[in-house]
Amino acid sequence: MTKYELRIIKSKVISVILTFITIVSTFPFLLVLYFIMKNGISVINWEFLTSLPKPVGEPGGGILNAIIGTAILVTIALILSVPFGILAGIYLAERSETKIAFISRLVSEILQGVPSIVIGIIAYLWVVKPIGYFSALSGGVALGIIMLPLVIKSTEEILKLIPHELKEASLALGVPYYKTILKVMIPAGLSGILTGVLTGIARIAGETAPLLFTAFGNPFLSFNILKPISALPLLIFTYAISPYENWWAKAWGASCILVFFVLSLNIITRLISTRR
Amino acid sequence: MANQSTKKLELSKDSLFNLLLVVSAVLLVMLGVGFFLSLFQASLISLKEFGLSFFVKAEWDPVQERFGALPFIYGTLLTSFIALAISLPFSIAISIVLGEYFQKGFFAEVLRYLTELIAGVPSVVLGFWGLFFLVPIIRELEMKFDLPPYGVGIFTASLILAFMILPYSASIGKDAMRLVPNELKEAAYALGTTRWEMIKKIMLPYARSGIIAGIILSLGRALGETMAVTMVIGNYHGIPENIFSPGNTIASVIANEFTEATGEVYLSSLMYLGLTLFIVTTVVNIIGRFVLKKLQSQR
Repeated sequence: MTKYELRIIKSKVISVILTFITIVSTFPFLLVLYFIMKNGISVINWEFLTSLPKPVGEPGGGILNAIIGTAILVTIALILSVPFGILAGIYLAERSETKIAFISRLVSEILQGVPSIVIGIIAYLWVVKPIGYFSALSGGVALGIIMLPLVIKSTEEILKLIPHELKEASLALGVPYYKTILKVMIPAGLSGILTGVLTGIARIAGETAPLLFTAFGNPFLSFNILKPISALPLLIFTYAISPYENWWAKAWGASCILVFFVLSLNIITRLISTRR
Repeated sequence: MANQSTKKLELSKDSLFNLLLVVSAVLLVMLGVGFFLSLFQASLISLKEFGLSFFVKAEWDPVQERFGALPFIYGTLLTSFIALAISLPFSIAISIVLGEYFQKGFFAEVLRYLTELIAGVPSVVLGFWGLFFLVPIIRELEMKFDLPPYGVGIFTASLILAFMILPYSASIGKDAMRLVPNELKEAAYALGTTRWEMIKKIMLPYARSGIIAGIILSLGRALGETMAVTMVIGNYHGIPENIFSPGNTIASVIANEFTEATGEVYLSSLMYLGLTLFIVTTVVNIIGRFVLKKLQSQR
């Protein structure tokens, strides 16, 4: 065998090894999925989705309070973060060179990297402490702060990608500036903003840490945003670390629903953003 | 006349809109400043009481109200760096495979989804899985090696952390590899290199800063990760003896004790921990982003 052939064989062997390592690195994900499906699917039925938890030991019962709770928390977060985030994103895209833009972009980037538990502390200081008790509102505020930088970034980036000619054409036709932005630029960038919002929902729907001392959890159905509220990830946490087998089964079922929801959102956003 | 008044109205709407934009940007800045100030103010009691000795004292005693964060800082650094070390070879392999061998096509897409989607699995679910799948396996291993069979501990937490941060460093690394200009690769081939030699001598050095940025940013994630770690680390307040001992991280202590903290000093010490975590992750992230931006401006 010549030296040249040896080098080629070495190159091929390494490529096989690297591909193998890559395939191995997908195992944890597949194992998690398999485990959740195996333990979770059998738990899910109509009663599980539509009834409230029963006391320990009693069979049956469901997780309706957590599903409703997560829906309410995500809605509060959306109301707080989407309009604010889009406006700030427009500012960053339109006046990208100003000092305010520089600082607020920095703030947005820093916020994106802040651990969610620290954001929970802030929501506790800003909302729970003044009101005096744990509430859905404080949980929504925490999730809103987590989501905000994602909305800002996706808005800014998509607006910068839209050709200048489009904006200039609109302004040249005498359309006022605010209408140009709201009626021309935003619709043109809608898919990008939507991607940011969906990514944000996928991220906050599974957040647990900031809810521990804000939304707190609630075994009963609650629609009051000033009272503690349950959420799917909170319920999974409480049930997972409990000593009851019956609760573990419930937690697997809840995990199954949560993971299915979050992963489908992830896949949808990927499909939207690759089509662009 | 009517025409002119609508024009005026539009103009005032324009300035209103402009004002709204500026206000939202300023509000964002205030949010950031307020964030830091609130956290700082809440930590003040503990800050005055313990000062910088907070970081070097190893006792955490709510009854005597004496608090030192050393075990948790140690636990945080240990879990994060072990996680980085475990994920690094995988991250580089994925970067090479998806950045060079399989850039397009069905197999590439499937691999990309499978390697990245674990980042979408909520932390609490990973912790739950870790508790029921990983912990028994680690316990078996510990019994084989004559270690105390806790199952939970620093190593288990690091392993889950490694799974969680891998997608971040891998996807940034992959993007950096794909940015290597074709001319460079072709020039290397023309000089007679094999594919692996080209990757080693051309692509990896070229994509180095991207790979490093990915590692730094994933470190930022690992430092602040809470739920999965809290569930499998064992929640022990002392300094862990070895990497299989139970321990605690800054984030896991906050998660476990915040709602139970009674007394101003106790709560304020937890805030102080939060402030520490905030500052450390922010510095790490800013460095990571700086490296990433330098990479982007090279192009």
